[in-house]
Amino acid sequence: MHRTGELYGQFETLEQQKDTAQLGMWIFLVTEVLFFGGMFLTYTINRHAFSAAFGIGGNTLDLRLGGLNTVILIMSSLTMAMAVWAAQVGKKKRVTGFLIATLILGGAFLGVKAIEYKQKYDHHLIPGSTFNVTYCVNNPSSCGLAGKQLEDERREIEEAIKAEENENPGSGLIALNAHAQLYFSLYFAMTGLHALHMVIGAGLLLWLIAQSFGGRFGPGYNTPVEVTGLYWHFVDIVWIYLFPLLYLIDRHN
Amino acid sequence: MPKVHYLNASYGLKSWLLTTDHKRIALLYLASVTFFFFIGGLFATMIRIHLLTPGGFLVSPETYNKLFTMHGVTMVFFFLIPSIPAIIGNFLIPIMIGAKDLAFPKLNLLSWYIYIIGGCFVLYSFSTGGLDTGWTFYTPLSSIYSNSAVTPAVIGVFINGFSSILTGLNFLVTIHTMRAPGMTWFRLPLFVWAHYATSIIFVLGTPVIAITLLLAGLERMFHLGFFNPAMGGDPILFQHLFWFYSHPAVYIMILPAMGVISEIIPTFARRPIFGYSFIAGSSIAIAVIGFLVWAHHMFLTGESVYAALAFSLMSYLVAIPSAVKVFNWTSTLYKGSISYDTPMLYALGFIGLFLVGGLTGLFLACLGLDIHLHDTYFVVAHFHYIMVGGAVMGYVGGLHFWWPKITGRMYPEFLARIAAVVLFVGFNLTFFPQFVLGYLGMPRRYHSYPPEFQALNVMSTAGASILALGYLLPMVYLVWSLKYGAIAGPNPWPATGLEWKTASPPPTENFDVTPVVDWEPYDFEHRPDLALEPGIGGLLPAHGDD
Amino acid sequence: MSDHIASPKLYVGIFLALMVGTALTVFAAYKDLGPWNIVVALAIATFKATLVVLFFMHAKYSPKRTHLVIICAVFWLGIMLALTLTDYHTRHDFSFLRSPATTVTRSV
Repeated sequence: MHRTGELYGQFETLEQQKDTAQLGMWIFLVTEVLFFGGMFLTYTINRHAFSAAFGIGGNTLDLRLGGLNTVILIMSSLTMAMAVWAAQVGKKKRVTGFLIATLILGGAFLGVKAIEYKQKYDHHLIPGSTFNVTYCVNNPSSCGLAGKQLEDERREIEEAIKAEENENPGSGLIALNAHAQLYFSLYFAMTGLHALHMVIGAGLLLWLIAQSFGGRFGPGYNTPVEVTGLYWHFVDIVWIYLFPLLYLIDRHN
Repeated sequence: MPKVHYLNASYGLKSWLLTTDHKRIALLYLASVTFFFFIGGLFATMIRIHLLTPGGFLVSPETYNKLFTMHGVTMVFFFLIPSIPAIIGNFLIPIMIGAKDLAFPKLNLLSWYIYIIGGCFVLYSFSTGGLDTGWTFYTPLSSIYSNSAVTPAVIGVFINGFSSILTGLNFLVTIHTMRAPGMTWFRLPLFVWAHYATSIIFVLGTPVIAITLLLAGLERMFHLGFFNPAMGGDPILFQHLFWFYSHPAVYIMILPAMGVISEIIPTFARRPIFGYSFIAGSSIAIAVIGFLVWAHHMFLTGESVYAALAFSLMSYLVAIPSAVKVFNWTSTLYKGSISYDTPMLYALGFIGLFLVGGLTGLFLACLGLDIHLHDTYFVVAHFHYIMVGGAVMGYVGGLHFWWPKITGRMYPEFLARIAAVVLFVGFNLTFFPQFVLGYLGMPRRYHSYPPEFQALNVMSTAGASILALGYLLPMVYLVWSLKYGAIAGPNPWPATGLEWKTASPPPTENFDVTPVVDWEPYDFEHRPDLALEPGIGGLLPAHGDD
Repeated sequence: MSDHIASPKLYVGIFLALMVGTALTVFAAYKDLGPWNIVVALAIATFKATLVVLFFMHAKYSPKRTHLVIICAVFWLGIMLALTLTDYHTRHDFSFLRSPATTVTRSV
């Protein structure tokens, strides 16, 4: 199909084209809801079955980094919404500015995530043969644990081992390690897929930025910005759920 | 035949591999889906030959496991699911609603490439050790214990899922935003309604199988424990997630076939379809209720009895919209002036076979009875009546019905009728004995069986060879007709849909002028242009009753 | 184009509300609310998600069709979660029907 200006050949009007693109993206997001939904279901059932192990897993995460990332991501949603607004009112230079801001914030999110992953690697919390949930209490210096924090964590792990003993007499630690691995498998699967979506979003942003330099997006034609915005906000929503579910399981003990 | 049409508008391999024309993409699918049908059929043939004797004489038990697994994976994911939607639906939906193309033509091409890439992974798995987990990929067999090439197969099916998602998304959006002036929702052909319902399942179900296979694949590659009981995971959770998609997937196969039947029946009964809105609504109802019944596949795998009761009850509910369709089709036939052209033979065959398949499904949905019938050949026969007797009959019938539109030429009617009858007889001879075998207690997926089951197994194998002939015949004469078939003209039957208003084969943009629809669907009475002149034209000359 | 154009002020307001929600969810997590901790956390998250959908994603100003799409997503997610959890929630209710050897030992 050949295209005339911004209008692709299969459409009659720009309005129809925009309607179609938006509906397409919304329906795509429905598939994403169900895609992540399957993982949330797996998470729910395992967290319910192994609440002690999941609590410990959640408490090993760095709440400051997770909170920071939440703020960064919500901020990027704001700049994305502003980019759409700028296009709608025809402030073409600002479109580029807001898109670049969004990209930078997205990059910052991924950077923080990388720091967190590295930390988990150092603390032997990557699922596999080297996984050891007691590594930090046994080597407090290499994890920067000391004082009350160390005491708390030690007490927590002892309680959890005791709880696991009820179901698995004589092998509480082995069971705890297995179940904490389940937590971290889910942690990496969920945040990893979320991060993958961020990377794809960043790619889309780059493509938009390149085009926005020529002032392509204005009141008459801004569908790509708007549709990418929908996607970006959805990725934000996934994180809005991931943050309390992964970081805030058992903070009150 | 028009001078310029979508087939000769441009030439060369590139003009096909980079096409965004939905009609050409449909033909790309036709070629590749047919290829996978033959791969799957080859495995089926080997299974049936192996089961000729009680001990099995063709392959080892391990190979037998691989044969039925690879047969299932190929047929389900690479033949049945894409067959009608991606070929006939792709070709017809834009034309039926009066659009120039689907809403996202490039996405449409992309989904074909995704299908091919997924298919390559699966073929790689087949050729490097095969796959022996059953098409269901149940964990922990698939994620830990199996020594076959599970990983590439899982990746292939995972990738292929995105092809379905994109096709479904494209159809939904197209039906919403691309309809021609006057083409209101209740003037849509029932074929389009059926594809709307199918697309709902594509979009809502497929992502769940994607994430499930992804988790199972990660479990296998990195020794994680999502579904591994040794590490605290729950294999039954895998089954829940798997069937959340794979049960509705059965409706992905049967709904489009029902759409085809709803087009064929009024055309060859010369009557408006009986209960248009009920047939349309029942498609949507099947799509919705189809999502509430998945755990009836798990009655005996350790789910709660309470949940089993609930799922059993909801499974019975699906019978209602299915029966609505069957009643409406038969009511359409009542007092119609019926002619038994080839598509009609397939449609009538469909009604009968679907009825048997559907009713035996109710047996299986019954908790108590399922304990006896679970994992026996009764189940195998049941779902083959739905998938082959239903979906494939609809597919082949649809191919014949729209063949003149797709190619501009007629197939040889006499041969085609023979093939339809051969297919019907072969099918029943293959699968009816399996109901009996299952009822008598022969378990599925076993490479050998007690000698007293041999007679029925030989019958089944004999039927399979007749069935194979029924598939090969159309392959031969359809290809033959490409060159030697009679010129069809725009509306050979004649039928009422918008697709018959344009040339055969249609031009690249489907219509020279955007059509305006001012008639009701299947309205033969008020369409003088469709009146049959006695003796000439109208329905094909080969039939004797008009 | 008949776009509804929301004002930047509104966007900043939503942003601030989301920040407050984030602070609130962390605050609530440190209080021992027993089984209600997870409920509160999910309620706040859902509230935040609703704000994003309605305003940042313009669902509030979108055609009914978009609303239908959103409702479908939530409804089907609900089907998947609710029906699966039905199984897990009741797996022991009928355990007297099973022989001891096949009783599921997971504590669910």
